[in-house]
Amino acid sequence: MRYSAFSIFRAALAGNRGWKPAWRKPEPKPHYDVIIVGGGGHGLATAHYLAKNHGITNVAVLEKGYLGSGNVGRNTTIVRANYLLEGNEPFFAHSLKLWEGLEQELNFNAMMSQRGVINLYHSDGQRDAYARRGNAMRLAGEDAELLNRDQVRELAPFLDFDNARFPIHGGLMQRRGGTARHDGVAWGYARSADSFGVDLIENCEVTGIRREGGRVTGVETTRGFIGCNRLGLAAAGHSSRVAEMAGMRLPIESQVLQAFVSEGLKPFIDQVITFGAALFYLSQSDKGGLVFGGSLDMYNSYAQRGNLATVESVMEAACALAPAVARVKALRAWGGVMDMSMDGSPIIDKTPVQDLYLNCGWCYGGFKATPASGWCFAHLLATGEIHPLAGAFRLDRFARGYQIDETGHGAQANLH
Amino acid sequence: MASLINCPHCGVRPREEFTIRGDAGPVRPAPDADFGAWDAYVHLRDNVRGPMAEHWQHSGGCRRWLVVERDTFTHEVFAVVDAADYTRVPVAKPARARKAANPAGRRGGA
Ligand SMILES: Cc1cc2nc3c(=O)[nH]c(=O)nc-3n(C[C@H](O)[C@H](O)[C@H](O)COP(=O)(O)OP(=O)(O)OC[C@H]3O[C@@H](n4cnc5c(N)ncnc54)[C@H](O)[C@@H]3O)c2cc1C
Ligand SMILES: [Zn+2]
Repeated sequence: MRYSAFSIFRAALAGNRGWKPAWRKPEPKPHYDVIIVGGGGHGLATAHYLAKNHGITNVAVLEKGYLGSGNVGRNTTIVRANYLLEGNEPFFAHSLKLWEGLEQELNFNAMMSQRGVINLYHSDGQRDAYARRGNAMRLAGEDAELLNRDQVRELAPFLDFDNARFPIHGGLMQRRGGTARHDGVAWGYARSADSFGVDLIENCEVTGIRREGGRVTGVETTRGFIGCNRLGLAAAGHSSRVAEMAGMRLPIESQVLQAFVSEGLKPFIDQVITFGAALFYLSQSDKGGLVFGGSLDMYNSYAQRGNLATVESVMEAACALAPAVARVKALRAWGGVMDMSMDGSPIIDKTPVQDLYLNCGWCYGGFKATPASGWCFAHLLATGEIHPLAGAFRLDRFARGYQIDETGHGAQANLH
Repeated sequence: MASLINCPHCGVRPREEFTIRGDAGPVRPAPDADFGAWDAYVHLRDNVRGPMAEHWQHSGGCRRWLVVERDTFTHEVFAVVDAADYTRVPVAKPARARKAANPAGRRGGA
């Protein structure tokens, strides 16, 4: 069913009883051309682009829980393309362009809102670093603007500009950045993939990868063996666990990242604002809740819940940045398991096992990457060739010394 | 919950006083070891779901490096020892073998 103003009107006249489920609940077939492990944003986007761009529709997405139960439904929904390094920026720039046309392409309201992303700076050194980043973004064809203190104050008057330790001197603004409804993105891709004939199989955990003569032949699952010609792993925080089933060790550590939402407020924060003093970011959802988060809990974790020490430091950062927030009640907190790579950048590549392909290492920035990741991973699964936009995201870059280390922290996963 | 860590030198202290380095398993190869050995040491991780030994520094206390044995899924802490008292075994061994190699690591649990 195509969604439109007319379809809403017609369904309303019929008492809203005519709506159909947005996707089927098929039984797994014995064999598929392509199986994708992980029904998060990246797995579902891959399925959509496999069908749409490459005409490959004999595809299954296997998800151990329900669709969108992982990080795609847990993130703080920030979409941006403000990277410094050459290996990253063109990929994320392409992603942002795909975001801009996503709702039309999927016929689904993903609530894409280009409200602008402002990264605040608090010192001369930080300003210079942001000027450099802004220039790199512009060289890659993206928009970037360096705002001074007064320009930021005009947009966000409630921030603590005269904080004794971290006064706000200005910010780097990307106006085309913003937020999107995270669940909506998963559902939109799922519905589209399903409409092309892709089987979305929920409650189906992959427990083993069957190989014969060095090549993948299928997967063992909690719903039995399912054969395939090609297998793509898009399991985000559980990437090391599924890769291990094929005898691989990855340059990844799994760590928990928390997020928070407050009670609903009147419109108060129009942009996405990141604090340059600590890792902290803040926006306001369309329902009025403040959505915010900070840094990792810093230790390896497979639990989707976090440590109170991090809760406290995030709240402190919120109050330091926007003191009025101190009077707001936090409603909910949750955690997601992040696939932190050793250089903070992702991996979209072939593996040493034939017909096994890998998509992981998204750290806490993979939501914005969802469209381009699906685009490039579908290209790889369909053609066996690396997509030029993902040309730097090779698995062997660590061994070759071609890390893409945006923050310059070196091989320590929890610092990226 | 890994919220309270029993430092063998300072006693029970809050997590905020510690800086976490990561997996205590990998052993630094010999300087002239081949690239593969160095790549594995610097980049590749078992990333276990379950019991794991991790390097924590008591940066807000005695500043000693410690090895914290905990479960990465339940967050239960089994043992905390000074890193100098901890014996590591080479990298590719499963986590269970590492634990058995360090029975002394049982003391000081939080
Ligand atoms: C708190 C938080 C805030 C974040 N904020 C942002 C942000 O503002 N902007 C941004 O760009 N990014 C953000 N991220 C990162 C982003 O959410 C992730 O990088 C991205 O969602 C990962 O890709 P995915 O959607 O495919 O992952 P997921 O949704 O986690 O999908 C992976 C799926 O694989 C499934 N799976 C795992 N193992 C198996 C198995 N054996 N068999 C079958 N299925 C399996 C899981 O159940 C899961 O559904 C944030 C993340 C968190 C947790
Ligand atoms: Zn101590």
